[in-house]
Amino acid sequence: MTSLYRAILAGLLIGAWYLGSKTGVLSPLFFGRPSMIAAQVVEWFSTGEIWPHLAITLSETLMAFASGTTGGVLAGLWLGLSPRTLSVLDPFIKAANAMPRVILAPIFAMWFGLGMGSKVALGFTLVFFIVFFNVLQGVREVSPVVLNGTRMLGASRRQLLRHVYLPAAMSWVFSSLHISVGMAFVGAVIAEYLGSAAGVGYLILQAQGVFDVDAVFAGIAVLTACALALDALVTLAETKLLVWQPRADMPRDN
Amino acid sequence: MSALAFNQAVVRFGSATILGGTSLEIAPGEFVSVVGPTGCGKSTLLNLAAGLLAPSAGSVDCLGTKVSGINRRAGYLFQGESLMPWRNARDNVAAGLQFAGMSKAQSRAQAEAWLDRVGLHGAGDKYPHQMSGGMRKRAQLAQMLILDPDILLMDEPFSALDVQTRLMMENELLSLWQNSEGARKTVLFITHDLEEAIGLSDRVVVLSAGPSTTPIADFRIDLPRPRDVAEIRHTHAFQDMHAKIWDVLRDQVLKTYRRSVAA
Repeated sequence: MTSLYRAILAGLLIGAWYLGSKTGVLSPLFFGRPSMIAAQVVEWFSTGEIWPHLAITLSETLMAFASGTTGGVLAGLWLGLSPRTLSVLDPFIKAANAMPRVILAPIFAMWFGLGMGSKVALGFTLVFFIVFFNVLQGVREVSPVVLNGTRMLGASRRQLLRHVYLPAAMSWVFSSLHISVGMAFVGAVIAEYLGSAAGVGYLILQAQGVFDVDAVFAGIAVLTACALALDALVTLAETKLLVWQPRADMPRDN
Repeated sequence: MSALAFNQAVVRFGSATILGGTSLEIAPGEFVSVVGPTGCGKSTLLNLAAGLLAPSAGSVDCLGTKVSGINRRAGYLFQGESLMPWRNARDNVAAGLQFAGMSKAQSRAQAEAWLDRVGLHGAGDKYPHQMSGGMRKRAQLAQMLILDPDILLMDEPFSALDVQTRLMMENELLSLWQNSEGARKTVLFITHDLEEAIGLSDRVVVLSAGPSTTPIADFRIDLPRPRDVAEIRHTHAFQDMHAKIWDVLRDQVLKTYRRSVAA
């Protein structure tokens, strides 16, 4: 039933858009036409023109996500376990986090060129801070009882790190996975849009340059579909990897 | 030689003295309970013995060696949830062996055997959040005992359990303690429940109300073993003992109570 309502709602919205553009209420020059947008998407996929761009955008996303997460986990563990260093660095971290980091894109373009490097760099800065703050929180909130319990079992400092701090931090990383994967994607696309030679962001930029609003919307549609697919993958990974976490719908023995 | 000896041990946090000069000796194989009013520093005593806390003055000796750093001869059963939530029961129990370098397969096999012995047969795949409070306590017990420590430190381990589960666990603890292979283990058991203390122990030590807590009385419990902690409460010997100890403990409890009401 819900999906029926959803289909009706989507149909109404697209129908109104289509009628509006057909009758001229919505200027096709600015709002495009759903039929043309669909045709553009079909053309991209049937000619295969979109694949290399999509591959580039997704690899940038993946690399930004992987490097940002690794960096965030390492920095979070390190500073979480060295409160003194953290208190020294605190204002710098706050400043770096408060800065609107999208504005770094032009600088990264100068440093790393117009290729994938500058896109990964922007995505990294977006992902890094989300993961970093979550790991920091995770390390701070490790249960002192679990910590002492594990120490009493003879765990060395290294083993504590591996078997207590890391898993505790990872549960926080996973809870922010949806946001960080999304941010990696945003970073890649924005950086492409601000200057690139390939990628879906680049396609949109090109289309905008020749005022082809249908292609702009088609690009947005493709990106949205990709974002949804990534989100579904994250959900799948979560259910596989976080079996140990209590969930409201799970029964327990009593 | 004592299994555990506190020699004028003092613990201060800032300007507050939690534990005054405390001396206490526990013989090998002895089951000693420490009772005292809430917040008097019972757990502090245990943390000293565990090496989780260093005394501000005085010392703690374990089997003839001074405790400094984590006490490797001791196992600790915590009041709270000390199981690693990201490991299932089997891997939690196997953890100590793995930290010591034993292979996964071997440590897991031993863990299974211990799960059986504490009544958790077939529960190895369960994560802590999937187990009841009693099951988690059993897993904690197995996690401690698998390392075969000479000294067991227990900090109100059963206080969060319901009364029936608690009696069951107390009896099982006694039977594990009495029927263990080799020499009987030394137990230092902290509780605020006098009945639990008498039912389990060879000796009950009463701590004074804080601050600057010290032991003020030491009672030998000569009730016959093996005991059933649920049954033994109804014997005259038990009730006499209870009355005698409560006479001492009551004043301390009242002192703490009055202070908490006044504050």
